[in-house]
Amino acid sequence: MALKEPVLLKRVEKMTDPTSVEEFTKYGGFDALKKAVIMDKEAILDELDTAHLRGRGGAAYPLGRKWRHLYGSQNTPKYIVCNADEGEPGTFKDKMLLEKDPLSVIEGMVIAGYVFGSNDGYIYIRGEYRHIQAVFHQAVRNARAAGYLGKNIMGIEGFDYDLHIISGGGAYVCGENSALLNSVEGKTGRPRVKPPHLADVGLYLKPTLVNNVESFACVSAVINMGGEAFLNLGTKDGGGTKLICLSGHIKNPGVYEVELGMPLDEILYSEEYGGGTSTGRPIKFIHFGGQSGPIGTSEQIKDRLYDYGDFWYNKLAIGSGAIVVMDTSVNAIDYMTSVMEFFVHESCGKCTPCRLGTTRLLELFKKFQRHGGKQGDIEKLEKMLEHITNLSACGLGQSVSVSARSALAGYRDEFEACIN
Amino acid sequence: MVTDSAIKTVTLTIDNKSCTVPKGTTILKAAQSIGIDIPTLCYMKELVPDGSCRICVVEIEGGRKGGLVPSCAEHCAEGMVVYTRSQRVVEARKFILDLLLSDHTLECFSCARNGSCKLQEYCLEYGVERTSFRIGKRTPFGKGDTSNRFFEFRPDKCIMCRRCAHVCEKLQGRDVLSIAGRGFDTHISTCYDIARTDPTCESCGNCVSACPTGALSSYDQKRNYRSYEVTSTQTTCPHCAVGCQFNLLTKNGKIVGADPVDGPTNKGLLCVKGKYGSYKFVHSGDRLTTPLIKKDGKFEPATWEEALGLIVNKLTQIKKKEGADAIAGFSCSRSTNEDNYMFQKMMRAAIGTNNVDNCARV
Repeated sequence: MALKEPVLLKRVEKMTDPTSVEEFTKYGGFDALKKAVIMDKEAILDELDTAHLRGRGGAAYPLGRKWRHLYGSQNTPKYIVCNADEGEPGTFKDKMLLEKDPLSVIEGMVIAGYVFGSNDGYIYIRGEYRHIQAVFHQAVRNARAAGYLGKNIMGIEGFDYDLHIISGGGAYVCGENSALLNSVEGKTGRPRVKPPHLADVGLYLKPTLVNNVESFACVSAVINMGGEAFLNLGTKDGGGTKLICLSGHIKNPGVYEVELGMPLDEILYSEEYGGGTSTGRPIKFIHFGGQSGPIGTSEQIKDRLYDYGDFWYNKLAIGSGAIVVMDTSVNAIDYMTSVMEFFVHESCGKCTPCRLGTTRLLELFKKFQRHGGKQGDIEKLEKMLEHITNLSACGLGQSVSVSARSALAGYRDEFEACIN
Repeated sequence: MVTDSAIKTVTLTIDNKSCTVPKGTTILKAAQSIGIDIPTLCYMKELVPDGSCRICVVEIEGGRKGGLVPSCAEHCAEGMVVYTRSQRVVEARKFILDLLLSDHTLECFSCARNGSCKLQEYCLEYGVERTSFRIGKRTPFGKGDTSNRFFEFRPDKCIMCRRCAHVCEKLQGRDVLSIAGRGFDTHISTCYDIARTDPTCESCGNCVSACPTGALSSYDQKRNYRSYEVTSTQTTCPHCAVGCQFNLLTKNGKIVGADPVDGPTNKGLLCVKGKYGSYKFVHSGDRLTTPLIKKDGKFEPATWEEALGLIVNKLTQIKKKEGADAIAGFSCSRSTNEDNYMFQKMMRAAIGTNNVDNCARV
């Protein structure tokens, strides 16, 4: 049951110049914006609620609820921020949208600008995506020239909204919303203390909306097709389609668009998508949603639906949409050691448990790796993971344990084999 | 911040004690208000919470993510049930201390802050004698910054609470200290790695006062005293007219150091003179102990009667001959406000002139 018609990637590959407003509108671009500006703002929020669109960055927070929170905030001005700091390993879907259909992201951000009466939107693009930043700059210039950004957008008196493009500096932690805002403000990219919530005190201490690239693209889709139709593309636990990133030991790696609720086996094995492993060996485990996501054993992933609810129920997560496939040649401890190296490298160093704890975790994993584990080390690992999750200040530290715990649950025997 | 003009209150329970506080109060402040002590390392009451050390963690019944939250940042809510010393809280604090000790040089015997180190105090309180991470990465031992003449910095004793950097940036407004690097390699650095002798650093020593460990320590303390050997006497800094409150530390009847006190004008801060200079003249051998009168071009010791008598005679003569405005009074800024007040009063009432000045323009 493949996707009948792409929703998010419908223009990709069709457009010869992804930054051209003319081509974008030819394939249905800015239709949603035109529709939105004659809709009641409450009605737009209702559609988003009905659509049950979950944030596509990884946390899967219902987008409608986030928008309502900001909508209710009395303070002005309000800022719209797009999180395009796609740094989650195994995730490269935002890159596709930013490069191949940047105007769809711009459209979603302009709709947000309209709903919240905001004048300024910021998009924080990962520093490593330098060439994509150039594409995006061109798209913004074209949109401005065509009257979709700037003063009196589409001739509507007082609808002033423009975009600022900010380049990231290469820190994973800046994908965390409050660290991202600090970075936009020119401060060091370290997370802020919460409360207050960003919808009350965000960018420059003003109410701020932070959404992922794909989420903004989805907003246009919801307005276009209506909340009900969008919901029907997915399941009751989350509507719409999702961009997935297949990588690792998979025959056809790349970005695909799937309806939420599609059987995972189809994604992994059908020729249209993954096509099975690239090595011919069977799948051992899959790392879902990036480094901060859980690892699913071959048992766990059997007969799953690619759906928020079914995944959570089985201790898995959709996360950013990353699907990193590992075959049976991979040792779980080796894999986890490299995951931990990533966290050690990316910890911002603000709070004690993450700053020192990630290094101590890596040291323990390396000890297992060289078969130097002692009695009680597995229990110590479990305790450390629990403390680091409970005590860390932001999502980075709190999710360090997700993959390690799931690896420990699925492959405890491999850990035990490393104990002398 | 979004604030409501009318003060709303919330009632919560902390360690089975009921407590009513204004909405927006942090758990830490609420606990302090009813006499419950929660350990803190990075917390500074003058500033917004940093929330980085995590030692102030408390347990909230039924709270999200296991219910452990930093009390310095979490706001009180109606009906909240908080435990500040539950078993989970104690275990979490032990873990934090274990981690901190895993990158902290233990040389307590020779450390200037022995006895006044918060890390030492909490480790003692929670029974963490040594780290469980015996082997592993460490900040290189002993490679300190000794560029400042009043204090030294030892990164291997730094627990990255950032209090020094916050004091420097947000309270002293000098921006000399900053946080560099990330992850394990995060460290306190001077801006652009300038030496602490650079004029940007005023050697105010507020970073030293703020440091909870021996990472930043005064040479005076290192050489001359430990906190448990001294008696503190609160007084007003004599150096200028601001009136900073500080504790003079005395050991065997001698002043050996000064620590800032949270006074109305200085809010726990001092300048280089108050912190390192203002007490040193007390025991100086160069001090005058008796009045001197110049005779034949040389100063000769005299009694107070002789000296004051001479002053009265001379001033009376000048006033008679040239008028009161021929006399001007200039007082020393190192006098207290009260002394300065008395001085101008004497000039105006007794001598009869408004020619009064003071050198307090530092």
